[in-house]
Amino acid sequence: MLLEELTAIAEKTRSERKEISVRCCMSSGCISSQAEEIKKALEMAVTEKNLGEKVEIRQVGCMGLCGKGPIVSVESEGLIYSDVTPENAASIIDALAGGKAVASQADPTHPFFTRQMLVVRSNGGRIDPDKIEDYIEAGGYSALYRVIHEYAPDQVINEVMKSGLRGRGGAGFPSGLKWSTVAKAKGDRKYIVCNGDEGDPGAFMDRSILEGDPHVVIEGMAIAGYAVGASLGYIYVRAEYPLAISRLQLAIKHAKRIGLLGDGIFDSTFNFNVEIRIGAGAFVCGEETALIASIEGRRGQPRPRPPFPAESGLWGRPTLINNVESLANIVPIINKGGEWYASLGTEKSKGTKVFALTGKIRNNGLIEVPMGITIRQIVEDLGGGTPDGKKIKAVQTGGPSGGCIPVELFDTPVDYESLMKVGSIMGSGGMVVMDEDTNMVDVAKFYMEFCVEESCGKCIPCRVGTVQMLNLLKMILERKATIRDLEALEELCEMVQNTSLCGLGQTAPNPVVSTLKYFRNEYLELLQPLPGEIIA
Amino acid sequence: MAVTTLKIDGKEVSANEDETILDVAFQAGIKIPTLCHIEGLTDIGACRMCIVEVAGSNKLQPACTTKVKDGMEITTQTARLKKYRKMVLEMLFSERNHVCAVCVSNGNCDLQTLAVEHDLTHVRMPYLYPKTEIDASHEWFALDQNRCVLCQRCVRVCDEIEGAHVWDVSGRGVQSRVITGLNEPWADSDTCTSCGKCVQVCPTGALSNKGKATGEMTKHREFLPYLAQRRHDHK
Amino acid sequence: MSKTRFATVWMDGCSGCHMSFLDMDERILQIAPLIDLVYSPLVDAKVFPENVDVVLIEGAVSSEEDLEKILKVRTRSKFLIALGDCAVTSNVPGMRNQFTVEEVETRAYIENAGYNQHIPHEVIPALLPKSRPVHEFVNVDLFVPGCPPPADAIFHVLSELLAGRVPDATEVSKLTRFGK
Repeated sequence: MLLEELTAIAEKTRSERKEISVRCCMSSGCISSQAEEIKKALEMAVTEKNLGEKVEIRQVGCMGLCGKGPIVSVESEGLIYSDVTPENAASIIDALAGGKAVASQADPTHPFFTRQMLVVRSNGGRIDPDKIEDYIEAGGYSALYRVIHEYAPDQVINEVMKSGLRGRGGAGFPSGLKWSTVAKAKGDRKYIVCNGDEGDPGAFMDRSILEGDPHVVIEGMAIAGYAVGASLGYIYVRAEYPLAISRLQLAIKHAKRIGLLGDGIFDSTFNFNVEIRIGAGAFVCGEETALIASIEGRRGQPRPRPPFPAESGLWGRPTLINNVESLANIVPIINKGGEWYASLGTEKSKGTKVFALTGKIRNNGLIEVPMGITIRQIVEDLGGGTPDGKKIKAVQTGGPSGGCIPVELFDTPVDYESLMKVGSIMGSGGMVVMDEDTNMVDVAKFYMEFCVEESCGKCIPCRVGTVQMLNLLKMILERKATIRDLEALEELCEMVQNTSLCGLGQTAPNPVVSTLKYFRNEYLELLQPLPGEIIA
Repeated sequence: MAVTTLKIDGKEVSANEDETILDVAFQAGIKIPTLCHIEGLTDIGACRMCIVEVAGSNKLQPACTTKVKDGMEITTQTARLKKYRKMVLEMLFSERNHVCAVCVSNGNCDLQTLAVEHDLTHVRMPYLYPKTEIDASHEWFALDQNRCVLCQRCVRVCDEIEGAHVWDVSGRGVQSRVITGLNEPWADSDTCTSCGKCVQVCPTGALSNKGKATGEMTKHREFLPYLAQRRHDHK
Repeated sequence: MSKTRFATVWMDGCSGCHMSFLDMDERILQIAPLIDLVYSPLVDAKVFPENVDVVLIEGAVSSEEDLEKILKVRTRSKFLIALGDCAVTSNVPGMRNQFTVEEVETRAYIENAGYNQHIPHEVIPALLPKSRPVHEFVNVDLFVPGCPPPADAIFHVLSELLAGRVPDATEVSKLTRFGK
């Protein structure tokens, strides 16, 4: 593969484009509400209306407004159709020939669309994830070419350093630092691992990236491989994402076929291959050391760090583990430069962040926003408030490791430090909106049930502590608890946070701690009075 | 190997850089409580009994897996650590059905000893009373899940020393269970050599020789450091 | 000086703790002048009296009768000691907790009964779903584990109390432990 061939593919694909592209979302969410049938209906309508010369129907990845899916868009006309059905799909084609569409429309000038800033998701909803030509037409793999032929490995790392990118898995560790640690580490071989074990309740950012734009992740991995000196990468995807897995498989096959993966990429001495490993459904395997154990074929349990995977990871070799969204940021960073990326966001949190906005909110779906935007802007402007006019009470960020942020603190900017300061975390991007009817003790119980279910059982504080905390939460909800039980709960929270082996256990009490901090009254209201001295 | 100096509980000690806090403390005569640790097997940092405070870090570190660094200042006994260790023990007692009075290992049990050392006279957390099983299918040995603390010593000794890897853990969270083979009765395991090392390293009465009455089971572990050393030399 | 009003209670246990209490042998003579034994299976009082200073509880809380008793004992006593593993951990009585009450009763009264196989519902107090330690129901002031706790431990605890001191858990740990 040479640069000329890449350009030729892009030009050929562009020249074959028809005047009007009707894009039909074919991500998991929309497929589950009949997107496949809709696409067939659209294709049939094009045939029936004899518009085959002018109109093409393309499958694309997620367009963001998942709660109103299936989504069909006609970008050249500035139209976004929502809640499309196989029955009204044909009318969308009719409208292109002067008829009237009966499908409902979303307003493309709504802040939900206009306030977004698409960096990671710039191809999402625009290209066919099953066609490498589409990705190449959108500029794909030219960053990899430039890196291989114009950059020394440390220049690539320098660019990532300059960008200020921090880990999008949730902890926010500076990616450039991680890359340079792996690059410096000694080992007869090194590995790249893409962490696609996304598992927070209500979160589907990584799934949508993998489903909608698999090549941007693969290209990011190859660039990382070049930068740190690795020639093999693993994408660890959870088994619950079958569509993401099959699209990745196809993407890897296509990239290999035209020489964008394999030996001597772009006529250089750089070799890079990507393999998929499928997780068996354990949340803890998103933890780096447990993920490594799982890829190695062992039981997915974390081990104490240090040593960090950057020094001793897969089979004891230096291993760079980055989350899907982090890797998807690499291509834009190389294309537009680290400085450009660093100009987005806040002083310490650069770039954009993808969130899965769910819960009691009008506009459910995926959004990509610049760091530093306030929670209020996300919830009220983009999200459009609650669907039934009820008052919003809180948002939960960071999944089971995160916390609830009350409405009084909605002017908090979304960046790593600010969210930490109010007792939550950035997390991987789950954002669950709760209204006034939500019982916060019940919310805490929900997340604790999740942790009980997902604790691997290796260390005692997480294994038993989560069960004891859950039992106390249940007692409180059943109005059988006293202030003594609440004290016991708080003592357990503190102990589990401080003594658990891995991040899952250390953060498992967070939903309880944060709801106790902001909604203590809701706990107190459920308590029984102490009957004198009697009851323990 | 670079030699470093550090302080443990105010005492100046010197150590090699590849040693763990637990090794160095042991050599200096400072006792740190342990449960999943056993001399001769790879440490896994699971039980959290050996957590210590390291000056300059707000994270507690397990002494068994944390390597020493030059200038480290380590504290092994603080009110906070004692409280946490005691809670770990309470959690273990609450998790399974440890009925010491009728246990073969009564009086010779690492868990029981730790309870005494930590003045644990009762368990504040409600007992979970799980329904657990006993596997007495093996000709000589018995597995009583009621007493298991999931330290994984059996898993490690079988894998690292005997090389048979009969034992592993199945399930997760409180549903975790040590299993033989592919969760088949112990007697049906094709790989078990009946060497009995797992029984000897087990800290409680979870693994025992058959035919023992209450308090009659004592464990002999002298073989372990010796075999571990021989394996290490052989590599 | 008025004597300490002293009581012992026997719930779901084997009476071994009471035997161990008697195993103090001649040391009972040191204690006897200082106490007034107002209620105990060792004496003939039928009703647990008011204003008890110190009470030793043997046994787990296993039946409705135990539960009623322990609540009453707690309201009428100043210093309550959980004596022995059954009171402290539920111990052997708790071994039935892996099964339902129905399974336990079927096993005891039907499968293992030679004749007159039936589950009694009168006279015998109904079992609680689980046999549990005393402190899961009422406040306990001191825990003395052991099966049974050695006479030395019981003597230490009582002599400390009678001397006006609250026994220390560390001292108790030196004299007894779970399963001893």
